[in-house]
Amino acid sequence: MKYRHLIFANFFRKKIRTTLTLGSFAVALFLFGFLATVRGAFNQGLEVAGANRLVVVNKVSIIQPLPISYKEKLAQTAGVTLVTHANWFGGVYQDERNFFPQFAIEDETYRQMFPEFIVPDDQWKAFVGDRVGAIVGQDLVKRFHWKVGDRIPIKGTIFPGTWEFNIDGIYKGSRPQDDTTQFWFHYKYLEERENPYWKGLIGWYTVRIDNPDNAARIAGTIDDLFANSPWETKTETEKAFAAGFVKQAGNIEFLIMSIGGVVFFTLLLVTGNTMAIAVRERMRELAVLKAVGFSDGFVLALVLGESLLLAAIGGGLGLLLSKLFTLRGDPTGGMMPYFYLSPAAVILGLLAALAVGVAAGILPAWSAMRLRVVDALRRV
Amino acid sequence: MVRVDGRGDGNSLVRVRGLDKKYQRGSEEIHVLQGLNLDVDAGDFVAFMGPSGSGKTTLLNLLGGIDLPSAGSITVSGDEITHMSASKLTAWRARHVGFIFQMYNLIPVLTAFQNVELPLLLTKLSKAERRQHVEAALGIVGLADRMHHYPRQLSGGQEQRVGIARAIVADPTFLLCDEPTGDLDRKSADEVMDLLTRLVREHGKTVLLVTHDPVAAQRAQTVLHLDKGVLVEGRAAEVR
Repeated sequence: MKYRHLIFANFFRKKIRTTLTLGSFAVALFLFGFLATVRGAFNQGLEVAGANRLVVVNKVSIIQPLPISYKEKLAQTAGVTLVTHANWFGGVYQDERNFFPQFAIEDETYRQMFPEFIVPDDQWKAFVGDRVGAIVGQDLVKRFHWKVGDRIPIKGTIFPGTWEFNIDGIYKGSRPQDDTTQFWFHYKYLEERENPYWKGLIGWYTVRIDNPDNAARIAGTIDDLFANSPWETKTETEKAFAAGFVKQAGNIEFLIMSIGGVVFFTLLLVTGNTMAIAVRERMRELAVLKAVGFSDGFVLALVLGESLLLAAIGGGLGLLLSKLFTLRGDPTGGMMPYFYLSPAAVILGLLAALAVGVAAGILPAWSAMRLRVVDALRRV
Repeated sequence: MVRVDGRGDGNSLVRVRGLDKKYQRGSEEIHVLQGLNLDVDAGDFVAFMGPSGSGKTTLLNLLGGIDLPSAGSITVSGDEITHMSASKLTAWRARHVGFIFQMYNLIPVLTAFQNVELPLLLTKLSKAERRQHVEAALGIVGLADRMHHYPRQLSGGQEQRVGIARAIVADPTFLLCDEPTGDLDRKSADEVMDLLTRLVREHGKTVLLVTHDPVAAQRAQTVLHLDKGVLVEGRAAEVR
């Protein structure tokens, strides 16, 4: 491209101004990447939700239990092909800041229900045979430098006392967005030690259905089945269940979009101003280009090209920094296990940066294109 | 042969007939050029003189196709440029006109080589061919050894010589020089005028020069004075 040096030469004309504008783009796109990551972390449950899974919880609240006796009835419901259950344990490992979710699970059905979590067969076998065994996610292992064979004490908060577990296996996700910060242990172990009040109770059921199209009908059937009982249920798809969790944290989506919008608007003003100054300073040079025979369209493309180059380099730098930041993992110590900047978000960020580049450059480029050679050459 | 009476034989390189240029300043209409006629043959060296505001630069701008007349016609090498569309006029300028400005108007972030190369970017020449042309142009103006210098690293006279190299590199039909020595000391001005004279003598270029400087004007074959919007023939100097 024989005109490349024209764009690059102007790029380095005012080094400080270029650096500051690049910095504005980099900071804005870093923030965009960070916000997109936080949004992804909040919506992670939505992304990984299985279309063929329903979650059955107590109608009063998720923190209210359900009887384990429901399992048989659920399994017999038309369209249900598998049932498993889990309890929230809510224990503390060493320090309250070391948050991670611990679930008391029904081992075999749980593994079948969530095939996206991969556990080596020999490790799973060891877990099944170990009453105080545990399976832990690979991110958790990295975080606490655990290994198979370690004995982990966890202090119960809902279920008092110190509970000790053997790490028998490590699971990993089959997709990058899978949460690998969970800690699973046997429901049977919990039932053995728990307060008599909790005997025979579980936290929630997950059921697999034969056809996602029947989800609403099956959910209705399940809730009707337990209507007017002491433990009424609320059944919804895994996605709706996850969305409910996100809503509990407030309108994160709106917050993130608002912050992102303000940042990009400010960036547009800053870059637009920079480009306007840059073009105004060079009116005479642009007039000379036109006098020499460069077309109006060329001058428009030249100015827009400079604006786009700023956007691409600054935006790319910001997204790169953002990616590097997210590679360090969850900065909250477990509140956002899925802390991952997706390629889709990177592409969206780059497109947004380029859009700002076009928007910021279009008016100065237009005025450069409309420039009358005679008028510009007359200016001193 | 230069004529200002509108009786040229039709074979002139530049043929101007009944050229009018008016400006509106508030409610006042200013007639800068009024029914101006001019015939210039290929290889002529013409200087236009006149007081400030007499319309010299306006005439040059009209001849170079960067301004439009209020009336009249300009024909260059058989092309009537006064009715060309803006895009055609741009392409025509690239092919036929070499501009030399008082303030040099080099692009400060480009080297001498890159400044001179600019008009060639609009051609289909290969990179190697462009290099050859640029080196030749810089050789003619005596700056082959300064091709990688930026304008800020050159003296005023050298900058103007780079400007001249840029004007001649694409071998245009004629050169339009607007006060090319106006910002130079006497020595540098003489060097630039030597160069323009040499371009006429040795390379057969057609040069139209606007100047306030009588010494510079002396180098031209013909000196024309702009007076009340029309050209009046002055003294002709033998350059050969």
